[in-house]
Amino acid sequence: MDPVRASAREIARAVNAREVSALEIAETMIPHAAAVDEHLGAYLTFTPDLMREHARRVDARVAAGETLPLAGVPAAIKDNMCLLGTRTTCASKILEQWIAPYTATAVGRLLAAGALPIGKTNMDEFAMGSSGENSALGKTKNPYDLDRVPGGSSAGSAAAVGGFAATISTGSDTGGSIREPAAFCNVVGFKPTYGRVSRYGLIAFASSLDQIGPFGRTVEDAALTYDAMGGHDPMDATSVDRAFETTADHLREDLRGVRVGIVKEFATSDLAPDVAAAYEAAYNDLVKLGAELVEVELPTAKYGLSTYYLIAPAECSSNLARFDGVRYGLRVDGADVGEMYEKTRAAGFGPEVKRRILIGTYALSSGYYDAYYVKAQKARTRIAADFRRAFEKCDVIASPAASAPAFTFNAKSDPYSMYLMDYYTIPVSLAGLPSLSVPCGSATPEGGARPMPLGLQLASPLFTERALLGYAHAYERATQHAAKVAPVQVVTS
Amino acid sequence: MATERIDVRGVARLARLALSDEEVERYGAQLEDLLKHVDDLKQLDTSDVAATAQVIESRNVTRPDVITPCLAHEVVMAGAPQAQHGFFRVPKIIAEAE
Repeated sequence: MDPVRASAREIARAVNAREVSALEIAETMIPHAAAVDEHLGAYLTFTPDLMREHARRVDARVAAGETLPLAGVPAAIKDNMCLLGTRTTCASKILEQWIAPYTATAVGRLLAAGALPIGKTNMDEFAMGSSGENSALGKTKNPYDLDRVPGGSSAGSAAAVGGFAATISTGSDTGGSIREPAAFCNVVGFKPTYGRVSRYGLIAFASSLDQIGPFGRTVEDAALTYDAMGGHDPMDATSVDRAFETTADHLREDLRGVRVGIVKEFATSDLAPDVAAAYEAAYNDLVKLGAELVEVELPTAKYGLSTYYLIAPAECSSNLARFDGVRYGLRVDGADVGEMYEKTRAAGFGPEVKRRILIGTYALSSGYYDAYYVKAQKARTRIAADFRRAFEKCDVIASPAASAPAFTFNAKSDPYSMYLMDYYTIPVSLAGLPSLSVPCGSATPEGGARPMPLGLQLASPLFTERALLGYAHAYERATQHAAKVAPVQVVTS
Repeated sequence: MATERIDVRGVARLARLALSDEEVERYGAQLEDLLKHVDDLKQLDTSDVAATAQVIESRNVTRPDVITPCLAHEVVMAGAPQAQHGFFRVPKIIAEAE
């Protein structure tokens, strides 16, 4: 078994069978990931000592007779999730030197399941962005074309798994931050139902939307990772207290009897011809697996962007008020405490974060609150209701994860053109639904040198993770698209 | 919505964010541009619709009023930019008596 190429399932099986030790896996991955990362820039921090420590612990547990679902699996952690004793930056200057004093629930559960922490990954600052370019601490490149962005905000987590510099990783998704980079980096990215995975230890961006989820190179690996992370947590009052359904042991092989909704308003005619052709082919492949396609309507989906870009910045402006130079992170001195706050925040936050704080503060300010924030919350109600109606006619909705493959650096200089990247993912997030992106082909972008991966977004009703991952697995197994696109040579050599 | 010029400095003051003149100009223009885009929400009828704060039904979560283990004082203070005698140290916030 090659620990670099192997799936999480294969690694865990071999470690549990004591065919290979977790420490051997770690000793192979540590130098390999560091070498590849010279080119990718997926990581902000490597944690080799911690990885070895966990590997020894896993080996001891396995030797004592335990079987661990992620035994010895190298896992990268997005840098907005706390990991005790390691730098946790949100890719922001304001937290550049901050050391987490505890471990996030989702991360702790991964490690308890036997995963090995390889490092913390780069991201758009405070998870605000769709390309990774908003990181204040590093530049992450797409493993399929180093001149292109990996997508965002979970940029490094998607690039690390897509570039074989980690086996699995954690991401967070507020408006598409797992699904869009998954599509760009040829991996599976899964956002569970809001509330399914604890947010304790996830540094908050927009609390009513933020959700942690996994990346893997296969649906099964994403499912295994989700099964390890998910479930109720008393430390997060919004984590859902209902029976947790495991998924990895319920993946299916076909789509017989499944009604797949194709959204009337998401016409493929809006896409570039080869991108449209790839999605048409994907819908046909679903039919070949036994699914029935039904047209569904989401008339309010077109209001998703406007709704999101009021609600998310409003919540961000409130959440990020805690970064004031008093209790943690950067402090810039001022003549009085007010000036200290203002200078600290001016020096610590990057342009996109400042922009969203300003939008959110404006939308929440006296005189505008009803016209913007409350209006957006009502629009959200209508968007969620549209999905509920659509799911009376279908079991799952299929659409593009993004309207185009990965773009080049600095291609989206106008903020709104960047926001448009999340056109398909945002309405799903506003409705809180479980959703994923699975590789579905490729297209060569205009001016591009090589074919770039595309992702199919699947979204299903609240709390139907098991069914959703099952559908994606059937599609992945039949099509094997991820294997048809080649990463750049620095990744394969 | 969004027709009058936005008082960017006023908004920044509410957000405790110091901005340069160049930033006021740039963010002001970008904010106005975004508000033009979100203006489309006016076309959506929400007259008989309740606001959604959170999609998953939530209720108050309580626990017995019993002390449970938490982070040690010195662990929390370790991240402080400035600390003294186990407290966060900040610039003086009370004016001298005249």
